This record gives sequence, C-alpha cells and structure tokens, in this order.
Amino acid sequence: MAESIRSDTAALPGFAERHAGTIRMARLYVRTFARNGSAMLGLAVVVLFLVTAAIGPWIVPFPEDATGAIHLDQKLQPPDATHWFGTDEVGNDVFTRVVLGTRVTLQIACIVTGVAMLIGVPLGMIAGFVGGRVQEVIMRITDVFLSVPGLILAIAIVGALGPGIVNAMLALSLVWWPGYVRLVQAKTLSLKNEIYVQAARSMGASKLRIVFVHILPNCTSPIIVKASMDMGMAILGAASLGFLGLGAQPPFPEWGAMISIARTYLPDWWWYSFFPGVAISITVLGFNLLGDGLRDILDPKHRE
Amino acid sequence: MNGPPMNSVDPLLSVRDFRLEFDTFDGVYQAIDGVSFDVAPGESIGIVGETGCGKSVTARSIMGLLPSPPARVRGGQILFDGEDMLTVGEERLRQIRGNDIAMIFQDPMTYLNPVFTIGTQLVDVILAQQRAKPRAERMTRRDARDHAVEMLRKVNLPNPERQLENYPYQLSGGMRQRVLIAMALSGRPKLLIADEPTTALDVTIQAQILDLIDELRADFGLSVVMITHDLGVVASVCDRVVVMYAGQIVEDASVARLFDHPAHPYTRGLLASVPHPGRPATSLSGIPGSLPNLLDPPSGCRFHGRCALAGDDCLQPPPNTVLAERHKVACWRAMEGAGAVD
Amino acid sequence: MLSIEDLKVHFEIGKRGRDRKVLKAVDGVTLTLKKGEAYGLVGESGSGKSTIGKAALHLVPITGGRLVIDHEDLTRIDQRSEKKLRRKAQMVFQDPHSALNPRMTILRSVSEPLVLHTPLRGAALQARVAELLETVGLSSQFLYRYPHELSGGQKQRVCIARAIALNPDLLVLDEPTSALDVSVQSQILEFLKALQAELGLTYLFISHNLAVVRYLCRRVAVMYLGVIVEEGETEAVFNNPRHPYTQALLKAVPYPQAVQPDKGPPLGGDIPSPVDLPPGCRFQTRCPARVEGLCDKVAPPEIQDAGGLVRCHLFAEAGRASG
Repeated sequence: MAESIRSDTAALPGFAERHAGTIRMARLYVRTFARNGSAMLGLAVVVLFLVTAAIGPWIVPFPEDATGAIHLDQKLQPPDATHWFGTDEVGNDVFTRVVLGTRVTLQIACIVTGVAMLIGVPLGMIAGFVGGRVQEVIMRITDVFLSVPGLILAIAIVGALGPGIVNAMLALSLVWWPGYVRLVQAKTLSLKNEIYVQAARSMGASKLRIVFVHILPNCTSPIIVKASMDMGMAILGAASLGFLGLGAQPPFPEWGAMISIARTYLPDWWWYSFFPGVAISITVLGFNLLGDGLRDILDPKHRE
Repeated sequence: MNGPPMNSVDPLLSVRDFRLEFDTFDGVYQAIDGVSFDVAPGESIGIVGETGCGKSVTARSIMGLLPSPPARVRGGQILFDGEDMLTVGEERLRQIRGNDIAMIFQDPMTYLNPVFTIGTQLVDVILAQQRAKPRAERMTRRDARDHAVEMLRKVNLPNPERQLENYPYQLSGGMRQRVLIAMALSGRPKLLIADEPTTALDVTIQAQILDLIDELRADFGLSVVMITHDLGVVASVCDRVVVMYAGQIVEDASVARLFDHPAHPYTRGLLASVPHPGRPATSLSGIPGSLPNLLDPPSGCRFHGRCALAGDDCLQPPPNTVLAERHKVACWRAMEGAGAVD
Repeated sequence: MLSIEDLKVHFEIGKRGRDRKVLKAVDGVTLTLKKGEAYGLVGESGSGKSTIGKAALHLVPITGGRLVIDHEDLTRIDQRSEKKLRRKAQMVFQDPHSALNPRMTILRSVSEPLVLHTPLRGAALQARVAELLETVGLSSQFLYRYPHELSGGQKQRVCIARAIALNPDLLVLDEPTSALDVSVQSQILEFLKALQAELGLTYLFISHNLAVVRYLCRRVAVMYLGVIVEEGETEAVFNNPRHPYTQALLKAVPYPQAVQPDKGPPLGGDIPSPVDLPPGCRFQTRCPARVEGLCDKVAPPEIQDAGGLVRCHLFAEAGRASG
C-alpha cells in the first residue's frame, strides 16, 4: 500500500504544476484585493489587531494592571510619556488594558462567529438540500430567532444564565446562527439547480457527495464574507453586553466593560473611555472593510 | 474598414473609423478597431459575427449606452443625421435615443419592469418622448394611452386594450418582444437597432417577429441595424451585411453578394460552419482554432492565425478592396478563391 | 438500445389544494433507438424534449410508462440498477459554462464518474483522464485548469470527455451546441460525428435547431406539447413533412442563402401552456388545416406507415386504408 502511494506521487507532476490553476486564481484574487484601498486598510487594521492580540502580554508596559493591581497614587492621570493612554480610577495603565483587551475581544469574535457557523451552516444546508417539511421546521425556528432583536435576546439569555464572559459568548452565539441558516439555505437552494449538480447526479453521485463536493465549496465565499463582517458585529455585541455589565466583569480588561465604568468619569477624564472606544470602532471598521473587500473578490457579480 | 462611403445618397448613420477599448484588470482590451460603415435611410443592414467580435459593442456605442469607464473611445465618429453621437452630450443623446434611434434587445424581460403594467410602461415611454417637443405639440396622458393602444395594434398584439392592463410576466416571450418593439417604435424613430431580437425565441415565434420587423420597416420607413449571429436571420431580413471579426469589419456586402460570392476567408468559413436546414449535409468544414486575444491582438489581419490562405503579407494591415458595387472586403487574398461556395 | 414506451412525466405545480395543477411535460411518448444510431428529438420550448432526456437518466421522476435500456427495464430503479444505468447512459448538457463545477479543476471534474464507479485512483486515474481529454481533442495541459480559464468549445469537450469516461452505450445530448458560436458548433458537431463512429455510441440528440439535427441524425421525432407529432427518417421528414406543425416549423427557419424560398405567412399564435392543454389535437389552436368539430374535440390517431409515424386527423383515412 505504502509502495503504491509512493509510485503514485512519483508519477504526478510537481506541486506548482498541479496547482497552477489555483495559483493563478489566488494571484488574481490578491491583485484585485490589493487594488482596493479600503479593503487593504481593513486588512491592515485586522492584521494589526491579530498581532497585538498575539504579542500583547510581552509589549505592554504594566502587565500586572490587567489582573487587578491597584496604584491609587497614580489614578486618573492624563496621557503622558509613561501612560500613553492615561490611567483609570485605580491607577491602572489604560494602554496596557486596551492592548490586553484585544486578546479577549479576538476570542469572543472567533468563538461567537465560529459557534454560529457550526450551528447555522449545517442547518441551512440541510434545510436547503432536503427541502419539504424539514426545511419548513428549520426555517420557521430560524424566523422566530430572527424576529427578536439579537442583542435583546442575548441580554435575556445572559440574564437567565448569569453575567460573565463565557455566558456572554454563549448568548451571542445562540442569537447569531440564524443569519447563517438563511444565507446557506438560500445559496443551497440555488446551487441545487445548477447544471453541474444535475450532471453530478446523472453520474450517480450520492447526496452526501453532492453536498460536500459540489454545494459546500461553492457556498464558502458568502460564508467567509459574512463571517468577516460578523467578527466586527460580534465584537460590538460583546462590548455592548460588557457595557451593560452582563459580559466580562471588572477588572477583566474587556473594552465594553471598561467603557461602562469609564463613562461615569466623563467628560473630565475623557481618555479613560475614549481609548477603549476608539479601539472598538477601529477594530469593527477594520473587519467590515475587510469583509467588503473579500466580497468584491469572492463574489464575481461584484467584479467588473 | 476605411474607404469612401458606398453610395452617394446621404447616409442616415455613418460610422467612421470608430475605435473603442476597455480597461480591464489584465490590460487594455481593443474591442473595436477602426470600424466604418454607413446605413442609408430605409436600409436594413445586418452585423454578423461571433461572440467577442464587437457587434454588440458597436450597437451600444451608436446608442451611447456604454459605461465609460471601463469603455473608452479612441477615435472616429458616429454620425447620425449629421450629428456626432460621440460628442453631442448626454442631454441631446437622451433626446435622440428616445425619438430618433430606438433599440430592442435579446431578452425583453430584462428591459420590462416586472412591477408595472405594460400600459404604464408604454405610456411613460411615450410621455418621455414628448419632452423633446415644443410644449404645444406634446401629447396628454390620454393621447399617450390611445397612441399606446395604436402601437400595440401595429405590432399585431391581440386585444391591445386588454394587454395594457397586463404585467410582463403574463405575456409570452414573443408577445413581450412585440411590446418592446411597440415601445421602441412609439416615437417614430428613423433607426431601429435590434440586438439579437429573436435569439431567445422559438423558431415559429422568431418567424413572426422577423416578419413583423420587415412589415414595420416598410410602414415606418425605418432603417434597421440587426445584430445577430444567425446567418439565416440576416439573409431573411437584411439588404446588406457587415461581417465583423475580432473588432474589425472584414467584409461588407449586399446579401446577394455575401451569400453567393463571399470573399473573405472568415466569411467563407462562417458560411461553411452552419448546416443548412434545407439541404442534406455531408460535412461541415468550419474554422479551425479560436478567437485571438484582443488584449494583445495579432498584427496585420486579425484572422491570419486561423486562415488557410495566410502568408507573410497578412502580417501587414489588409487593404480594402472594392470587389463590386456594394461589396468591400479587407483581405490580401480577396481575389483568390473568391466566388460561389459549394 | 433505448426503448421508451408510453412515457409520461407529469409535474405537480403550485401550492397544495385548489391551486394545484398538473404540468404534463411528457404525455405518452414512445420511441425506440437502435444501437449505434443518432436519433434527433426536435421541438420548441415546452415540447418536453429535454424532459424525455432527463427521464431516460432518472433525473426527473417518471410518472408512467416504461423505460428500457439495453434490454433492462429501468423504469423503477434501486441502488444496484442505478449503478448500471449510470454506466450505460450519460448526458451532455446544453450550457457548458454551468455544467462544470467552478471550484473543481478539469482533472477533478472528469475524474468524478471514474471515482464513483471504478477503483481507479492516483496516477492511473490521471492517466485515464488525460487519455479521455486526448479523445476529445484537448491536451493534458488542461488537467489542472479551472473551467473559467477555458473557452465555451473547450468546456463542452470537457463535458463530453466526462460523459464518455465510463464507456456508456447511450449518450443523451441536450442541446450541446446551442450555447456555442457557429464556428465552434461546427467543430463540436464534426467531433460528435467522429466520436460516434469511433465508439459506436447511440445518441439521443435533443435540439431546437433543425439544421443541426438534419446534419447529425438519421431519424428524427418532432415534438409538440408533450407528444410526438411526427417521426421518421430525417431526410424523409425534412423533404416531405406531413404533420402541419412539422411543415410550419420547417418553413419558419430562415435559410442562410441569398434568396429565401417563398414561405407564405408564418404560423400565428403562441404555444399553449402545458398546464392548460387544448382539448382534442394539441396543435389545433394554431393549425392552418384545422377541421372544426373534429380537431378540437377528438385526439388525433397515431398513424404508423412506411413513411414513419404521424399523429394527425388529416392522415386518418390513409392510415385506415393501409392498416
């Protein structure tokens, strides 16, 4: 068996040749994307955000400030050379807390979007492909979820489960999936009638094969676009829950929770709420610009 | 194709050395390269060619319908009744479009708004045409409605009054195309541009529509520019044919000359490609190879890569040869092998 | 090779309840294809010609009648007989631009039937695909390309390569050249003709283009609203059409020649909806030879004689005399 695999690979042409088409396509994508100024800006913001999240603990000047240190002698200092973003009411460095907040935010964004996709994509695919009564049931449940404003529902869920970052993520995931069901179901319905799907059927492909080989790969573009937009929205949602005191609890360095406390110090100690606020806005904007850019290259209807 | 206009009657439409290109990701796509042809009043010409030859782009340019960018005019004139359509400006263009030149398309459904009735849309078009007229001559909404009914009757739509209340989806494809023709002709235009008007229709319905266009042409004294890939359609409704290949005109001849004495190797290849519905066929010779890439068009004659007669001189731009009255060809080998097919 | 008896394909459309209507796409069609022949099926939209092709491959559910391929009754299929059907019959679709999965390389697309039905994998699979591409006139440099990098004619060749991958006996060709330019169409037609001779394939060729059918097919059936109105040797039907619809259809096609033969006025009216079929003869609403009180009441008999089959009251007398 091992031998046959080796002889197989020996007969196949090199990697570059076998993937020449893929490489050409990737190159086209990269070029299209690179020409789009706002998309590149979004990408830059998102990359900066990811890098910050990755190396945050090693670059911040006062790592202990994220875990509840108290320096009352330095409380509410305006921005200066030591404290670039100033300090808060217990003397913690705002810059440190904003930088460390990226990691929490990234976790929230990835988990919320990821869980929503894990629930929504399979449901949408089943609804669209199977049709009939199954579709009716799935889509009506989805409608019920969509008919309640997401944040309100999330607040209700957190209210029932008790405040906390894990519960906040859980609640957001639970209100986020219906969008994916809608998207994937609609896409599956249209792909199901594509001629290449009919051709696959005429060749005797099983239903599972049709779903995984012919339908799912052609659904990925809109899913990726929606996911990148949703990352931003999930960050906003988590910050809103934090702001309402239902998400991360102080002294956990979460942007929404920080603003929630900081707003009582407005307008005199503006920097305390200003910098976390700017961090949220820029990050959300970055993900949205990236999503727009991705849609431009992945959705051929928007191209040229 | 350059050269003097063919007949001395003042042409209604005169396209002169028209050049147009598109900006694309991969470079500049030279869609139209030096196209010249005339349409006399009351004449019906066909522009034939395959996908990408520039026939639709030419038609849209006459109407000023190409978005720029990515389209960019590189030179030439499109003279309609003495006015250069390329320079008259958007305001005048809109007037001309509604009243003097009209266009019909392949898929009528795309050009009819699904949420309004046929009547509403037809009356709106008629009222829009009134804006170009002096105030005293304008139609009222009631006149416009009567005119709409009259137009629908002219295109042989059964029960015109009742059709006004119908929505586009309630009509068949052939009836929709009739409605579109009624809309196009409601302003009594001098020129009708028909872009593959019957391609989406069934054969028996196509016959009805072609018959109708022919009938209306006589009625209205219309000039017709028919864009099509179907040589049969051209043969049945046109007086003259312009054959395009890769953005250039290769042959311009009367229908009789083109079908009986095709001169350009591409034209001959095209004629040999289509099986004849009225005769048993033995084999189709066709044209080997595929279209050249217009991002980097071949020098000289653009057909030389696929041409059996090509030689070194074909790398130079071919001369325009006048073979007969109403027969011009752009080819170095026009005299060789020119003659009847089969 | 392929035998269809009294085939019916009806679709239920509309919501459940009173709005529910039955669309009779194919309503009692019988035809037999001999091994190695090219059989043409012509008709306009709504005639049901494409549905017959799809029904032969079980891509649409069969409502009634019998489907026999290579002496095997495949009217009802289970998993085992489906495997057999797929190996015996394959289809080439009208629009090559959408018949290939845009996310799959040509290699993967053409491999698909082989992966599904044969143990070929790896280098052997690739060699077979390269061989198939060669058969359809494409070099192996296309293996790793994506469909959007190919021209229409090249894509259609890929589709044909995929369809013949399992060495089927029957190929259903559903308007295989309608989406192509004429010069490419002639290349594909020539190629299909050569391929048939080489592999001994049986073609069910579905088209609205009469000239193409005349060129490629030995026998032809003309369909109108779900039934065959005339059938026979292609040359006989084209030279001497008997059914008024066939006559009108042939007259409607413009000839690519300088002078058009005198054709008289074109056939009027529209094709009725297959949901709301006219009583009696289906063509009576447009028929120039309609007999009041007969054609609009009684369905025409099917008359089979030396010249082929025709379904029209005009020939009832002759039919009775000879039958």
